[in-house]
Amino acid sequence: MFDIFNDLLTVFDSTLRLSTPLLLACLAGLFSERAGIFDIGLEGKMLAAAFFSAAVAYASGSVWLGLLAGIAASLVLSILHGLASITFRGNQLISGVAINFLAAGMTVLVAQSWFKQGGRTPSLIGGARFESVDLPFLEPLAGIPVFGPIYGELVSGHSILVYLALACVPLTWWVLYRTRFGLRLRAVGEAPEAVDTAGISVVALRYWAVIICGVLCGIAGAYMATALQAGFVKDMSAGRGYIALAALIFAKWRPWYALYSCLLFGFLQALALRPDMIERYFGFKVQVQLLDALPYILTVIILAGFVGKAIPPRAGGEPYVKER
Amino acid sequence: MQKMPVWADVVLIPLISLILAAILSALVILGIGEDPIAAVKMMVSGSLGSTYGWGYTLYYATNFMFTGLAVAVAFHARMFNIGGEGQAMLGGLGVALVALYIPWPHWTLALIGCTFGAAILGAAWAYIPAVLQAKRGSHIVITTIMFNFIAAALLNYILVNILRPPSSMDPATAAFPASTHLPTLHELLLPLGIKFSKAAPANVTLIVALLAAVFVWVLIWRTKLGYAIRAFGHSESAAKYAGINPVKITVVSMLISGGLAGMMSINTTLGESERLILNSTEGAGFIGIAVALMGRSHPFGVVLASILFGFLYQGGAELALWTSIPRELIVVIQALVILFTGALDNMVRMPLEKIFLALRRKEG
Repeated sequence: MFDIFNDLLTVFDSTLRLSTPLLLACLAGLFSERAGIFDIGLEGKMLAAAFFSAAVAYASGSVWLGLLAGIAASLVLSILHGLASITFRGNQLISGVAINFLAAGMTVLVAQSWFKQGGRTPSLIGGARFESVDLPFLEPLAGIPVFGPIYGELVSGHSILVYLALACVPLTWWVLYRTRFGLRLRAVGEAPEAVDTAGISVVALRYWAVIICGVLCGIAGAYMATALQAGFVKDMSAGRGYIALAALIFAKWRPWYALYSCLLFGFLQALALRPDMIERYFGFKVQVQLLDALPYILTVIILAGFVGKAIPPRAGGEPYVKER
Repeated sequence: MQKMPVWADVVLIPLISLILAAILSALVILGIGEDPIAAVKMMVSGSLGSTYGWGYTLYYATNFMFTGLAVAVAFHARMFNIGGEGQAMLGGLGVALVALYIPWPHWTLALIGCTFGAAILGAAWAYIPAVLQAKRGSHIVITTIMFNFIAAALLNYILVNILRPPSSMDPATAAFPASTHLPTLHELLLPLGIKFSKAAPANVTLIVALLAAVFVWVLIWRTKLGYAIRAFGHSESAAKYAGINPVKITVVSMLISGGLAGMMSINTTLGESERLILNSTEGAGFIGIAVALMGRSHPFGVVLASILFGFLYQGGAELALWTSIPRELIVVIQALVILFTGALDNMVRMPLEKIFLALRRKEG
């Protein structure tokens, strides 16, 4: 009995760690897509942020400078996406694809040129990484059965970015549904012509959405390279940007549901790391490949409309042209 | 009124986009401390300077012709098939099953059989996203992305657990029987008295790819179905009004697109590795996007763009071999081409249109 409890704790613990980059990227996509800018470049932005955060953190020894560099790198790609899809009214999907390839290529190219280690950064140590944070009252609470270990193992002891990501969920909800900016942001994704008629700049709103998306993707990328792992390796985002996209659809573009779907997909990733555990408790072997593919399969099922209908923002993907 | 002459749209804009991409690529090479002119020289000599280089250039170009045509056909129906990679993976499975389990007496028959196997499985992998798009309105871009990942997991499972010979540790099928060996360009050209490199992997599939390009041209511009696809792509409502069934057009054009993407695997799997390996597609499905954009979705343009990308691919491999420039340079160039010919098209187009309008005003 005690074993199960401990095993569950480890799995949930790694669920939380693995969900964090998904959640940040998912909320990033949420801002962008709610404003009517489809973004399949989440993956590329995370990857670029991962590399530049690790590189700067290594060079400066400060993880906070690394975080800023990661955000900056992600923002550059965001602005590029904005330029292509807002200013030049290009195809947002094609722009996203280009950004993903640009990041995949450039990170390795620059990494090789700077560090000459086959497209990776040296391992980060000490202040160049985000350390885990111990929450207060660990000592007195540790003695309490069940709650004590849960608090000590699961809730406490993560990097600060994990808590930041979790805090972003209510914050996103508040911004979207309780502020004037949020109302306008949602409106510009549903009916930009109405926003324009009201005398509010569609272009400015959409640029803001894209910028917020860039910042969040930057944090997600920095988390991967400086907290989840100690350094950048080639293609380290490993499809997380696409899983975040899937989670966004799964959540039907709503912040709280984004949290739940990212936790679910993070849980699947955590299970894929521990296939032995499923076998021990359920007595059958689950193929790792099935666990890998499950987020995508679930998303297709959701998209097919078998479990409620996922309707994207109405003006999503359409460049706004003032004069028709 | 047309804002620009046709030649400007078809030749000038892609050319300017390409030059912009080239300039930026040169800056990237400079930025990592290498000499761009020396790099271009090495790329040209490595990919076009010998029949060995040509053999690789054409081998890669063959892949990109298939995937580029696949993306182009979907573009004509105004759909973005980003799932060429997954469809090509499944195509590889089709090739492997047909080549392994049917005893073929001669390579010509094996080629025909494997073409069908590849096209059918590739098309099948495009069928579900197509139906979901046509009937449920789920966005084809998202579903095809998801299907790429599902295909990768599925293929991994099948290779590791089912098709791998028990004695082998490698996640790959057994080697195909010798009777399915496709003649390489060396073997094809030798009777004609032309000496072509023995080691290069370019093979008879190149001819199949060129035939596929002709097929797509005939289909899109010379058949009723092609007309319906183009009409649907220009205006869905007008096409509906003209009695064109949108569900049928969506599904059929995606089936053709998936089939073409799947056929890429004849080249890699039957032609080169002669067994199905993991990651035989090597991102060619995605390069199809760049190729189709650059070729303006016209088969002739796609063939030209494929050869250009074949050159880049082989040239990039040479660079990686002899200099410290990693292979990923090609990924960057590919990204820049997609960016300039696809997403930033208007950046080039808008000023050009103004210039042409001004010129016309002067004349008039």
